[in-house]
Amino acid sequence: METTSKIIAIVLIVVIVGGVVGYILLSSPDGTEAVSLSGSGATFPVPLLDSMITEYGTVKSNVLVNYEGIGSGGGISALQAKTVDFAGSDAPLKEAEREIAPNALHIPETIGAVTVAYNIPDVATGLHLTGQVIADIFQGKITKWNDVGIQDINQDIMLPDHDIVVAHRSDGSGTTFIFTGYLSKVSSDWAQTAGLGQGKTVEWPIGLGGNGNSGVAGIIQGTEYSIGYVELAYSLENDMSVAAIKNPAGNFVSPSLETTTEAVSGKASQGLPAGDASWSAVDVLNAPGEQAYPIVSFTYLLVYKELNVIPGMTQSKATALVQFLWWVVHDGQQLAPALEYAPLPDNVVQINEASIQSITFNGQQLPTS
Amino acid sequence: MHWRLTGDNLFKTLATILAASAAFILLLTAITLFNGSLPVFQRFGFSFFTGTQWQGNVIGSEVFGVLPYLLGTLITSGIALLIGVPISLGIAIFLVEMAPKTLRVAVSFLVELLAAVPSVIYGLWGLFVLRFWVLDLIEKPVSAYLGWIPIFSGTPFGLDVFTAGIILAIMIIPTVSSVTREVIQAVPNSIREGAYSIGATKWEVIRHWVLNYGRSGIFGAVILGLGRAVGETMAVTMVIGNAIGPNAVPTSLFKPGQTMASLIANGYLEASPASLELPAFLAVGFTLLLLGLIINVVAHVMVTRVLKIKGGAVE
Repeated sequence: METTSKIIAIVLIVVIVGGVVGYILLSSPDGTEAVSLSGSGATFPVPLLDSMITEYGTVKSNVLVNYEGIGSGGGISALQAKTVDFAGSDAPLKEAEREIAPNALHIPETIGAVTVAYNIPDVATGLHLTGQVIADIFQGKITKWNDVGIQDINQDIMLPDHDIVVAHRSDGSGTTFIFTGYLSKVSSDWAQTAGLGQGKTVEWPIGLGGNGNSGVAGIIQGTEYSIGYVELAYSLENDMSVAAIKNPAGNFVSPSLETTTEAVSGKASQGLPAGDASWSAVDVLNAPGEQAYPIVSFTYLLVYKELNVIPGMTQSKATALVQFLWWVVHDGQQLAPALEYAPLPDNVVQINEASIQSITFNGQQLPTS
Repeated sequence: MHWRLTGDNLFKTLATILAASAAFILLLTAITLFNGSLPVFQRFGFSFFTGTQWQGNVIGSEVFGVLPYLLGTLITSGIALLIGVPISLGIAIFLVEMAPKTLRVAVSFLVELLAAVPSVIYGLWGLFVLRFWVLDLIEKPVSAYLGWIPIFSGTPFGLDVFTAGIILAIMIIPTVSSVTREVIQAVPNSIREGAYSIGATKWEVIRHWVLNYGRSGIFGAVILGLGRAVGETMAVTMVIGNAIGPNAVPTSLFKPGQTMASLIANGYLEASPASLELPAFLAVGFTLLLLGLIINVVAHVMVTRVLKIKGGAVE
């Protein structure tokens, strides 16, 4: 028995000492202090952020960034509780949310677009829709594909005399927030009906609900004569049939990375708020521009302007965070197109530069590179 | 008696703490849920249980009601029991009373394997395979001939309360059948021999003696299955169609609906912490917990009063 205890003690000591030594050796290969940053929030930008974080590891090997896609609401809660260094959100903070997370900056880090996907046998491409028609379909006012409202804008397609099956997201999501924001903008009826309007979930009067983009896509692909909305990256990767939608310039525009970036660029040239101002009224919907796709939105990183409010924040951590954010809105953007995300146009990057430069720790500005 | 540090005493204390921890966790969950949902109960009172609306986007004018999801949970679980329990009983009776030994081992193993399949797999299979079988083989014909009956009305798409009930039935079969099998196996052979000796047929022996003797255990198995069906989330979310608000009131079996568990899974993550939305989801969780409690109490009363079984009759 004595020898067994001794052996166990020796093994324990070896494991503990080895672990500590290994941690020290591995964590600072070049002698600089290892820093770990954590963020959580929206799931929409997760593929892009993951790719950025991996790439950033080769740029700054001593900085470890961790982002958990737990949903925008969870991200805002974590920011409020100050358990993360930054949060991700698909929607800008509402006024009430700004009060519980005061002095949080909005940093748009990439752009989301929502496509209207459909499954009509023999109509693989070319469906044209207007905002009002889409709102009427999702409200159950237009129930047949050959309704005169749809047929009028699709003169060269023979639409079937068939009931429309509507598919929507069942989970609260930024995609729904963007889509219902667009419907609220183009249809006063949608905006004013109780329970509809803009939201991460709304009280859908009709239709089938699918969980996530894949859930909605599954319903659309498995149900003939259906229509639904799916995030751009997802519909591009899965070759779904998507409608061209009429923009304010009067053109029917198909969703793509180019038409998405054009929309954001056009809107940003009309002015965006400063990073520390309220963004609750900001939207990039129905943007001006000949080829601007109308259902587009920012997705944001949220970070406190004065970082000393976060427990455990240090000078080196704050510096690492600012440098990471700077990298995300500059070099990091090059990773976007390969993942079917639209890169930020220059005028948005400039606004972000001012926001990131305004971040302080104990009142001191932090170097961005 | 003076408490002394002996192995026995230590073990007794440890076991007591472990036993208490289960009760403690339940209590903690209930308190957390109730505290979190208090703002909703204060604002809506009892109308939270009778309301059908779910509007949380405009802070200050939120309206929440849990009724459609409460009904959705009860109806899908009810369908699951109606379909799942007879099948489970059949499996258990076959395995214990009829199957040759080699077959018994193989079939029991396969049935228990069903329990090891993660619910998301059932959900995927339900969404991509079962949905179309249910739609083409059951819902379309029934809708065509019996569509005039309110509970079969509407155009079926296969993503509805009925499909969710069938998925749940499949999911409770391993639990119900394996517990029932254990119960039937525990029926003493002397009971069977006595019954045979007075000239009962196999059917009569099973019907009047074996099942009767084991009824409290079998009832317990059914309650276990019901518990699983009420709380099942992922698979249901994938096939129930996830309607919301008044549209989710399950007026027809062939209509998309929603259960309490799937509502929470769908909406909780994105609920705004600044509005009443988050408390509303916690209130749904509290209602679900309450429903579980009611089911268990009713089950207990049924076992002791209605079935008139005294403790220790079986097991």
